[in-house]
Amino acid sequence: MATESAVRASEDSRTEETRSGQFYRPNVDIVETADGLLLLADMPGVKGSEIDINFEDGSLVIHGKVAKRQPDDQAFLLQEYGVGDFYRTFRVSEQIDATGITAELHDGVLVLKLPTVEAVKPRRISVKVS
Amino acid sequence: MVMRRNTVHPLDQLRGEVDRLFNGFVATPAGATAARLVGRPFPAVNVWEHGDDLYAEAEVPGLKSENVEISVVGNELTIKGERPETEQDSTAFHRRERGAGPFTRILRLPVEINADKVQAALKDGVLLITLPKSEAAKPRKIQVNTRE
Repeated sequence: MATESAVRASEDSRTEETRSGQFYRPNVDIVETADGLLLLADMPGVKGSEIDINFEDGSLVIHGKVAKRQPDDQAFLLQEYGVGDFYRTFRVSEQIDATGITAELHDGVLVLKLPTVEAVKPRRISVKVS
Repeated sequence: MVMRRNTVHPLDQLRGEVDRLFNGFVATPAGATAARLVGRPFPAVNVWEHGDDLYAEAEVPGLKSENVEISVVGNELTIKGERPETEQDSTAFHRRERGAGPFTRILRLPVEINADKVQAALKDGVLLITLPKSEAAKPRKIQVNTRE
């Protein structure tokens, strides 16, 4: 039986446009799990103490601060990426339990668990027989 | 006497044929997941020079030191490894931008490297490789002979 997925996450493009140019957009994987959503974001160079995650009114904001690793006037023989803060916002459907969100950072990857509120989770209802 | 300057910029050497060739290889499977590594080569690398050393820095989020293999032969730097899968058994990806699977990058550096002295450190998903120039590659004063 195919079921409509209860939770959705989509790009919050409005915020992103106004922010472009100042921040780098982390690559993400968003996976639906039995408990809700799992979001992984590549944020190399970000330390755990330098990451802000905000969830308000269905809007998820991720901001990782990155300290400069080379002087501003560094000349590169090859430069394939820039070093700077990571920033990205998402619209997340309202079935997410904001109080249950957990975040971990391992080896430059942010792991966010966004659980759905209990009422939305598929449950097996046992029927009491008197 | 006409002096000709060497017009090959180090940048052009770095983005040499070898790199292009091998990035092509990565996109075609050595494992089933390799095909997902499309678009930009992985990992992205910055290279700079400071004194007698070259430095190569690569963004490798999610990798631990045991997942990365670095080797240097002459002026060729090879970074190999494998990125772990996000979730093996999940079917419902809403978004999939992070790559997974094996990767290889080969960079041709502008100078020969003393391979015995190469060091690498991995922290918070950033790999920093210190590449000391070989004795032969360090700047020397060259006697210029004129020809008839």
